[in-house]
Amino acid sequence: MKTARVAYAGAIHYATEQNGCVRLTDGRVLGEDAVVWLPPVQTGTIFALGLNYADHARELAFKAPDEPLVFLKGPQSLCGHLGKTTRPRDVTYMHYECELAVVIGKTARRVTKADAYNYVAGYTVANDYAIRDYLENYYRPNFRVKSRDFATPLGPWLVDAGDVADPMNLQLRTLVNGTVTQEGNTRDMIFDIPALIAYLSEFMTLAPGDIILTGTPEGLADVKVGDEVIAEIEGIGSLKNTLIGETEDHTHVG
Amino acid sequence: MANAVYGVILNFRAELALLGDQLYRDPYKKPPVAPVLYLRPQNTWNTSGSAIRMPTGANALKMAGTLGVVIGSGYVVVNDVSIPHASYYRPAIRQRCRDGFCVIGSQVAEREPREIRTFINGDLRCVASTADLVRPIDRLTADINEFLTLQPGDILLIGEPPDSPLATAGDRVRVEMDGVAPIENEVVAE
Repeated sequence: MKTARVAYAGAIHYATEQNGCVRLTDGRVLGEDAVVWLPPVQTGTIFALGLNYADHARELAFKAPDEPLVFLKGPQSLCGHLGKTTRPRDVTYMHYECELAVVIGKTARRVTKADAYNYVAGYTVANDYAIRDYLENYYRPNFRVKSRDFATPLGPWLVDAGDVADPMNLQLRTLVNGTVTQEGNTRDMIFDIPALIAYLSEFMTLAPGDIILTGTPEGLADVKVGDEVIAEIEGIGSLKNTLIGETEDHTHVG
Repeated sequence: MANAVYGVILNFRAELALLGDQLYRDPYKKPPVAPVLYLRPQNTWNTSGSAIRMPTGANALKMAGTLGVVIGSGYVVVNDVSIPHASYYRPAIRQRCRDGFCVIGSQVAEREPREIRTFINGDLRCVASTADLVRPIDRLTADINEFLTLQPGDILLIGEPPDSPLATAGDRVRVEMDGVAPIENEVVAE
């Protein structure tokens, strides 16, 4: 099953997918553009991985890490499907990162790799935008690069874990204004999903709603104000975001 | 309950002074420009009276008694615990994100306190003054809000005092500031 959280007619609803449309729990069926998409889960701790695809690590001239390069993001960093993300006026290089997001379904502490999938509620798509101009070598990648307001689109759907036969063999791709700019497959992760859950839960307790953004393959490119960026993962979803400028009015009046 | 709890490193002037020329060498190459944040996830939140569990393999833990600014409401006393680590290059997730490593006082002071005092087994070991910050609170929150909007109820820890003491299993740690109840916890072996 695919579930979403949307705002419609002044209220927040849980919704399911029905033939590409959004079905509210009261039975109303709406088009994708008729609702405001929220992140599909109310997230707890948001983990993200750096350099978790060998090709991407090479692209950034890094050797693959010996242990997962984990960083955290604040809750205000998220936005939903069809959301808008700001590109600051002064930057020269802002890139998307299409990532498989793993949502934890139950409390996890010292979970083995063999048991790890039992702790996954489902999967969604993340676009983990980064602004390289702001990279500094302190707690890198620093929050100014990776935890900016509304700069991590998430969604549209949470896909039940039981509906994803092999999460370690899914095609990922990013399209900028309709042109494919990034392609990869989750099988090329350096630390796979069970390894990440085992690694994190060895030293801390994971809770339902915690989410792990598992890193991105090669194919980064600068994106500009006005660009439409679609991050999509086979069987999981197609997550659209539009870049806006700093002073642009977010409303649609007149 | 807070929405998010953030901390900042290198916000005490003496910390930067201790690093000295290292700030210009690898891997840092130059001093930090923007505030350097970390997040205290929910599994780390702890209360006065509960144990601070020292992970197997650690010999001692750093007790950073500090001030938490509760956005929109006031100030709380915090013991920001970590496994000591010398490098600031990569996010210190393993060192900071242990269960119960962020003890947050339950009382909110209306006025900004001048100092935060940390005691180990009753001995005063550290006095942190808000006068010694690289970025005083108003400037710190303003600089962070440039890229990450702090929400009402979020807590921002103002920094780790450079002489934060270590504690080990069996030690009792108290952090206090004027106007609110202190927080006190015992370190126990995991």
